[in-house]
Amino acid sequence: MTAIDQTHWKSLPGPDDTRRVELPNGIVVLARSNFNSPSVVLSGYLNSGSLFEPDSQMGLSAFTAQALTRGTQKHDFQQLFDLLETAGASMGFSSGTHTTSFGGRALAEDLPLLLDLLSECLRTPTFPSDQVERLRAQILAYLGIRAQDTEENAAMEFDKALFAGHPYARPEEGYPETITAIQRDDLVAFHQKSYGPAGMVVVVVGAVDVEQATALVQQALGDWKNPAQANQIALPPVTPLKKTKRIHVPIAGKSQTDIDLGTLGPKRKSEDYLAASLGNNILGQFGMMGRIGDVVREQAGLAYHASTSLNAGIDLGTWEVNAGVNPANVERAIKLIVEELKRFVNEPVTQEELQDSQANFIGRLPIGLESNSGVANALVNLERFQLGLDYYRRFPEQVQQITTAQVLETAQRYIDPKRLVIASSGPEA
Amino acid sequence: MDNPISEHQLVNGLQIKLKEIHTAPIVSHWLWYRVGSRDELPGKTGVSHWVEHMQFKGTEQFPATVLDKAISREGGFWNAFTNLDWTTFYETLPADKIDLALRLEADRMCNSTFKPEEVDAERTVIISEREGSENEPLFRLSEAIQNAAFDRHPYHYEVIGELEDLKKMTRDDLYGHYRKHYLPNNAVLTMAGDLETDVMLKRLEELYAQVKAGVVPPHPAQHEAPLKSERHVEVKGPGETLYLQVAYRAPAANSTDFFVMTVLDSILTGPTGLNMFGGGGISNKTSRLYRALVEKGLATSLSGGMQATIDPFLYDINVTVQPQRTPEEILDTIEDEIKRLQDTLLSSEEIARAIKQARALFAYGSENITNQAFWMGYAEMFAKYEWFSNYVSNLEQVTPQDIQTTARVYLNPARRVTGIYVPEPGKEAA
Repeated sequence: MTAIDQTHWKSLPGPDDTRRVELPNGIVVLARSNFNSPSVVLSGYLNSGSLFEPDSQMGLSAFTAQALTRGTQKHDFQQLFDLLETAGASMGFSSGTHTTSFGGRALAEDLPLLLDLLSECLRTPTFPSDQVERLRAQILAYLGIRAQDTEENAAMEFDKALFAGHPYARPEEGYPETITAIQRDDLVAFHQKSYGPAGMVVVVVGAVDVEQATALVQQALGDWKNPAQANQIALPPVTPLKKTKRIHVPIAGKSQTDIDLGTLGPKRKSEDYLAASLGNNILGQFGMMGRIGDVVREQAGLAYHASTSLNAGIDLGTWEVNAGVNPANVERAIKLIVEELKRFVNEPVTQEELQDSQANFIGRLPIGLESNSGVANALVNLERFQLGLDYYRRFPEQVQQITTAQVLETAQRYIDPKRLVIASSGPEA
Repeated sequence: MDNPISEHQLVNGLQIKLKEIHTAPIVSHWLWYRVGSRDELPGKTGVSHWVEHMQFKGTEQFPATVLDKAISREGGFWNAFTNLDWTTFYETLPADKIDLALRLEADRMCNSTFKPEEVDAERTVIISEREGSENEPLFRLSEAIQNAAFDRHPYHYEVIGELEDLKKMTRDDLYGHYRKHYLPNNAVLTMAGDLETDVMLKRLEELYAQVKAGVVPPHPAQHEAPLKSERHVEVKGPGETLYLQVAYRAPAANSTDFFVMTVLDSILTGPTGLNMFGGGGISNKTSRLYRALVEKGLATSLSGGMQATIDPFLYDINVTVQPQRTPEEILDTIEDEIKRLQDTLLSSEEIARAIKQARALFAYGSENITNQAFWMGYAEMFAKYEWFSNYVSNLEQVTPQDIQTTARVYLNPARRVTGIYVPEPGKEAA
């Protein structure tokens, strides 16, 4: 194992160079300076997401988030984007399941502009009818494209089968019929009910002093209040799979079939997370997509892409294998993948494999945290999952403590090769 | 961003560019070859891209599995890209581990094995890569447009190559192409990051001492006469969405018209940056065509742009058509907006705005060392590094008259290629 050079780690965010302030209205601000480039990144989220919408209005949260920039009490859509684009800046909102995220970037001199517009869009959106209709048409067009996308279809069916009866089974973008039924008033009501400062996080990284960054956030959002803001919603448990479910969504005329195969994974705060993450790296990421990539791509030549991902969320996670293969090779590829999963839960990874992945995790950290957006994402995750400001400084040590036995136990706890969801989409099987 | 670049040339002709940036303990190393699909002949299309894949299959000294593992172990990332005019390989690693990348690239410049069994295994991988692209309506449409826009020039073909050629490609085709083009005197090596120039240069001299110069083959690219009349293509396939693409022959990157077109594009369809890594984008909602097409309910999205290339390639405008709307309505609107550029001079504020956008995109890109090393080699592939370092000041020279003249010369409706992707509703998912 490579010795850890202390100077190397000073470039990572830590308690000494990251400022964290909680504003009286509940907003948490995190700021870190980087004067290497005259730019600044803004990132964060608020406590509103698709969990707050009823089944009959699937996609409402995403619709609302996208509609925020369609006009505010001060600026109409064109004026708002004229301000942003003239400054060479950008800003956008998107809704997830638990939270609604925002992001933006600008030259450092335009940070006040970015924060003012963020505040306006969050607090005083007007949802103009003509713009709501335009946006609706755009969302419907996207849903039309989604309906023909093999990767998206495999992923949607995967979620539906794995999370049957649970809100995670629902696509965040909704369906054409739910999007068509949503009224402008629904957006207004959703905004009123679920947008507010409680639980909100704002991260600023870039060519700005941390004190000044915090003061600017305070100035823009410190007086925001919404007594009507709803609390987070508690989730029901997920019913575990009793046996493997195989689903295929046929889309004629396509050249390739996408496979999404997997099961539940640990949540981000789980003690299993790091061992699962290292195991996942060995299984389907390290080098040319790990063991799965080696078997499916390098040895069998079946796919350009075959890899795994661990998607650990606030409440639950998934552990997935994704591959795109020729329609004639689907069953062969699935068989190879399932064989690899069996091996992964039946025998420990080798000491060498683990050491390789540990070195990879430690070595890649400074590279991932090089740009402002890399650091901003890292700070958002620190706060979202309550990892502590010293997380990245402690990370190498924690990674090195994981053993092959822990990786095996963790794999066995989550992956049962007889109880998987195997979703695919492509030409008729 | 302002750190100086030191330039060198080894006796075997290898060009080297080094830039010290001591902000993070990282170095990014790129090796660029002046070979791409522009250097391919009919029947052997896709050979450059396939050679790039074979470069990951190992040498005697660095067998495939060793390579991959060695770089990943250090937490680095590496990849390669093949484009119309060039092929490039890069590694970004912790600074104290970069020697691995240096040894690897020097070795695989001439010692890759191209084992026949590896060639066969890679055939299905590459065909699978192509099939993945074919799943996307926009790939199929732009392939058809490219086919229609060029008769003689290799830009006629997609970089990945024709399926028939991929099926027939032999080990000798690939190895021959490799040995002909992968020469030190046909390459540019660029590095940025936490390095000492003198030490690094000495090390590179050592590593490349045994690599001999060769004769760079002439480029087969043939001059392509301007289109004499408008061309139209139609692609049918599964889907619900109608797409329209309009393409015009664009200026070559080293023409001053390229900079004028860049400003023009920024105004017509929105700004596009030169960042490959983490540059971020600027939205295009105040661009003229967004206002005319999306804001008027004719389209749901719109984009446009061009690539910097040695020979004139294409300037294209892509539109996702709103259901119930017709391609003709869209084309008429595009034509009206282009005519407005040809008939009415822009204000200097509009140009100044495009320049501020370009400057912002540069600042975003320079946050990242990998991006900086990319920039240093990229411009060398079709011009000189000065093309890049003077990019913003070249944009600043653009006048309203230039935009008008350029719009008249390049955006001529009689010389455009239009294409539509027609969804076949009968083929929807069951």
